[in-house]
Amino acid sequence: MSLVNKINSIKSRHDYEALIELIPYAKTIGVETSMVGESIVSSLRFMESNIGNPAIPALHGGVVAGFMENAALLHLMWEIELVNIPKIVDFSIDYLRPGQASTMYSKCDINRLGSRIALCNVTTWQEDINKPIAQARCHFLLSENKPI
Amino acid sequence: MDTNPYLEKICQTPHARKLNLKLVNAGERSITLKLPYSKEIIGDSVNNYIHGGAVSTAIDTACGAAIFQLQNNLRALATLDLRVDHIRPAAPGTDINIFAECYHLTHTIAFVRATAFTDDIGAPTATAVGSFIRSNKQFPVS
Repeated sequence: MSLVNKINSIKSRHDYEALIELIPYAKTIGVETSMVGESIVSSLRFMESNIGNPAIPALHGGVVAGFMENAALLHLMWEIELVNIPKIVDFSIDYLRPGQASTMYSKCDINRLGSRIALCNVTTWQEDINKPIAQARCHFLLSENKPI
Repeated sequence: MDTNPYLEKICQTPHARKLNLKLVNAGERSITLKLPYSKEIIGDSVNNYIHGGAVSTAIDTACGAAIFQLQNNLRALATLDLRVDHIRPAAPGTDINIFAECYHLTHTIAFVRATAFTDDIGAPTATAVGSFIRSNKQFPVS
């Protein structure tokens, strides 16, 4: 079974945990998913191995970035009819507050969905949804041009 | 390699150790880090491409280290923003090198850019640009 078929079968079973199994990096940093209404929501419980500054302790900024990029990828995989696995084109993050030693949550919006490109905005927070710790925007390639 | 005595510490944080980041080289205001290939950081399990998040982490770490190298102390930093362009996927099984350079430093802000590549820096897998805010405190690594 091709990966796209596998994902479509996972989606029809609503087995979102099986989706994480397809992304080893997401397992490495400890991503968990749940359904809120009809959307898939990613969360990341605090893990010792995600620390970037041991004294505070604060999460590594790269973990926050990786979590958010992955949240956008999962959101796309869940929301749209896939032809290929979306490929990251660019990822841009603004850090608003340090990531503390607690659970992180994210919310993703697809601002533009074309046949080739998707533009996603992701917001991440910890205790207070009104105090985001980071915002990110990213483009994913959904399908490529054929050579002329 | 002419490194300041604190530089290694940035590769010793728990998450840098998890990704096995290694300091390869250092210049006056630049450093090269290696992100070794590992099954644990795969994002696309069909093509065995590394997840963009692991690349972003290595770039963020390398940029921080380049600033440490230029300022030659452990004055703490926080990333303000980082933009990564993923130019081409790295071939499965190959390590990724990150060359990061702090091209301007003010009292408050550090400006950085970085290039990710496998063998040839002229054929990058990703490029990045970012800015960091500098603190008056020391980076506290126990």
